[in-house]
Amino acid sequence: MLNYTNKKVYERTALRINPVKTCQPVGAMYAALGVHRCLPHSHGSQGCCAFHRMFLTRHFKEPAMASSSSFTEGASVFGGGSNLKTAAKNIFDLYDPDIIAVHTTCLSETIGDDLNALITEMKIPEGKYIVHCNTPSYKGSHIDGYTNMVSGFINNLAEKGDETNGKICVFPGFVNPGDVREYKRLLNIMKIPFTMLPDTSGVMDSPMTGKFEMYPKGGTTIKEIKDIGNCTMSLALGLKASEPSAQVLEKKLKIPYKSLDLPMGVEATDKFIMTLQEITKEEIPYSIEEERGQLVDIMIDIHPYTYGKKAAIFGDPDTVLGITAFVLELGMIPKYVVTGTPGTDFVERANLLFKKFGVDGCIAKESGDLFLMHQWIKNEPVDLLIGGSYGKHIARAEDIPLVRMGFPIIDRYIHSYVPLVGYKGAMRMAEFITNALMDYQDSHCKEEDLEVVM
Amino acid sequence: MSVIREEVLDKYSAKVYKNRKEHVITVGEGNPDVVSANTRAIPGIITQRGCCFAGCKGVVLGPIKDAVIIVHGPIGCAFYTWGTRRHKAIADERKGEKADSYLEYCFSTDMQEADIVFGGEKKLKKAIIEAMDIIKPKAIFICSTCPVGLIGDDIHAVAKWAEEEYGIKCIGFSCEGYKGVSQSAGHHIANNQLIRHIIGTGDKEPVSKYSVNILGEYNIGGDGWEVEKLLKRCGIEVISIFTGGSSYRDIKNAHLADLNLVQCHRSINYVADMMYDKYGTDWLKINFIGIESCKESLRAIGEYFGDIELKARIEEVIADEIGNIFEELTYLKSKLKGKTAALYVGGSRSHHYQLLLKDFGIRTVLAGYEFAHRDDYEGRTVIPEIKPDADTKNIESITVEPDPKFYKVFLSEEQKNILKEKGILLNDYPGMIQDMDEGAIICDDLNHFETEEFLKVLKPDIFFSGIKDKFVIQKSGFLSRQLHSYDYSGPYAGFTGSVIFGNDLLMGLSTPAWSYIHAPWKSNPCLEARLEVEEYA
Repeated sequence: MLNYTNKKVYERTALRINPVKTCQPVGAMYAALGVHRCLPHSHGSQGCCAFHRMFLTRHFKEPAMASSSSFTEGASVFGGGSNLKTAAKNIFDLYDPDIIAVHTTCLSETIGDDLNALITEMKIPEGKYIVHCNTPSYKGSHIDGYTNMVSGFINNLAEKGDETNGKICVFPGFVNPGDVREYKRLLNIMKIPFTMLPDTSGVMDSPMTGKFEMYPKGGTTIKEIKDIGNCTMSLALGLKASEPSAQVLEKKLKIPYKSLDLPMGVEATDKFIMTLQEITKEEIPYSIEEERGQLVDIMIDIHPYTYGKKAAIFGDPDTVLGITAFVLELGMIPKYVVTGTPGTDFVERANLLFKKFGVDGCIAKESGDLFLMHQWIKNEPVDLLIGGSYGKHIARAEDIPLVRMGFPIIDRYIHSYVPLVGYKGAMRMAEFITNALMDYQDSHCKEEDLEVVM
Repeated sequence: MSVIREEVLDKYSAKVYKNRKEHVITVGEGNPDVVSANTRAIPGIITQRGCCFAGCKGVVLGPIKDAVIIVHGPIGCAFYTWGTRRHKAIADERKGEKADSYLEYCFSTDMQEADIVFGGEKKLKKAIIEAMDIIKPKAIFICSTCPVGLIGDDIHAVAKWAEEEYGIKCIGFSCEGYKGVSQSAGHHIANNQLIRHIIGTGDKEPVSKYSVNILGEYNIGGDGWEVEKLLKRCGIEVISIFTGGSSYRDIKNAHLADLNLVQCHRSINYVADMMYDKYGTDWLKINFIGIESCKESLRAIGEYFGDIELKARIEEVIADEIGNIFEELTYLKSKLKGKTAALYVGGSRSHHYQLLLKDFGIRTVLAGYEFAHRDDYEGRTVIPEIKPDADTKNIESITVEPDPKFYKVFLSEEQKNILKEKGILLNDYPGMIQDMDEGAIICDDLNHFETEEFLKVLKPDIFFSGIKDKFVIQKSGFLSRQLHSYDYSGPYAGFTGSVIFGNDLLMGLSTPAWSYIHAPWKSNPCLEARLEVEEYA
């Protein structure tokens, strides 16, 4: 397994091997699926759309609907305006969404199709909408595509009315429906009126009823998005995936925002809950305190198995930083912390965490890849890998347990239904991590050392 | 005119109707049946098709285990073709030559904005230097993605440079996603470069009396290995497989085989035809999916070589293989007989699997291809009638001359005529329609709308297709099995593959969860008291 990965680290500046990121449009497609009765549309050649639908489907084990402009060579030379026009007509005729959310690919970006002009010229049926954003695949990663689409909804739809709606706008970050449901549960317990944008719960975790719904019950409604201009403030969860959209909202409609790390682990969730408390000015209900206490109880119970264990963590920047913080809270050492998404503050923020917990010799890298991380592991091994499915080759090659968290997880089921955020999510992370370490001990210790009670 | 067909198509606007009615036909209503295929997808229709890059890198080249395939483009295209198609391979040694396997790796130039603005050739060169430093492969393939053609990077010049610099084989594939109308263009582009640059460059002679190449077999779930095992049992040497589990090392020697066996006609018929022209190698359309098909295919190979001993061995192998699965097969037949199926797969399986389904007594009510051409539906006799359109005419079509050194004739015209009388067609494929029942529906480039509509009106017991519509079908209450990835099962080829397939179907149909779809209180209300339930939004 991975026999050609050598110990000696050559500096690479051109060849990317085993990336920890993918390209923008899939993030935009995911964001658009979090809007009720919305059909994501990929303005490019149809291969991208097929690949992105395929990946979302494999991660969620759910349908991921989207259409494409299906560029041909002719359109690539003369522009894709008529393709988009034809597509919009067919989509409204056949699939009747309330809104089409258009994103681009490296093809339409390179030829310079002006989406804004094209859409302005189009005849859109009464009461229907077409919004757009630009998602060039050669910039950033799927996380940038996600935030670009969320900003696209704000830019195209949100407006200011006469009075406030008393709600806060919550940007959940690039997370699973299970996480969105956990945010909503906590917001409800804290009695905070909110609009979640986007909200993929109910869409990418929809129930089996015997009837396929092209537009399931979930998703932020167009009305809610329009009304975001009347929110009192916005809360951006995840600095990389959400803050840029909160900034767009502030710039366009003067809605102040507060940004937080993804509420993963104790301290980040504490900060999230306290921020909510600042908004409501009410006491935090006992049920939340109880959950927090349970989590800390668990962390103390399991410390003999987690303390001092080294982990390599890879994936999307906000998620990786969230997991890193929790791993540190467990007394573990996040030896290697890698994201493929570019952005230098990732490294700074990871280093701040290392410093805060006084751990030495940990390395953080943005624009990194799994090939490099594997080379580091070969030079100085770790006890645990945490990340998506593509870590499984390294896990097998080096005999290190892999805990699956993040995107994409395409070789396991159910993961997207249950949260990693909040105290509840942290309990789940703690369970995953200890189970992995203890299973490893059970399968690798000497027979006479096998413990029944642990 | 078929009622079912009209029920589905009637809902289209006039313009879409005009296009789609040519792609959806009822078998037996035309004389002959003509189906429009290989034309551009309608924008916004929700086609299941992919692109030229997927056909070239994802399908034909991807399985070649010992070539480092550098995807020149932004990261997505490389990422999405990393381990997602189940073409299996292992590093191995044959005839003293090792072939590495790089399939666990994903290589890309990860183009950035500056590369789009100033060109990406320098970065591509650098990427090759780095690949040579780290991996030291014997072959490097460069695959273009959409922006590469637009910004004018010359990947072929870079490939030439790499060959001179390192003395390796380096080939450029201009398979930008916008070329052609589907994956099909990518197959053609890959085929052209294989015949130009690889086939015929090796010198490892076969060691057995009879040798073949298996063309258009990608070893999904181990299918190719299963077929190779069968042929080996019969005493036939497999020189190379195009391209499942295969290698640059083996494909070099393909011209030294006696016969080409074509499993997937669509993706590899170009190589088959060009090898016939250049080396005189005949090709035989075989099908190792399905029990009767396997028998027929093995016997046809025996007839081609015309060796009594070989033919006897083939009969022994068939008897033995059938003996091994007989009991299980009888049981599966008893359970599956009478079911109906719809099949919508890429460019060949919709035909092959109908024959396997027939072995179990399952009837096909609808079949379609994403990107096959008219010859795959109607047979190769229609090829002269097919006119290239504006979207496909830029896909290069090459002609080859007989090779002065390696051209050989295995069978005389007279021997071929004798075979023809026995019903064995050489260098020909009669297409899918001839194996279908009258009244069944053919649907080319089936889209999401039609999938939903056909489910409603045909109500098949099983709908075979791919990952994008699997959960649409399942959510609609129908069993869906993937015929691209085999739902991570397989192999499905060969005799043992057939029972694995049958067991997978039975498992899908028998799963208890199907009976829980409707909550009991929906049909049998028993609500007496209102419970205090906390709101969980």
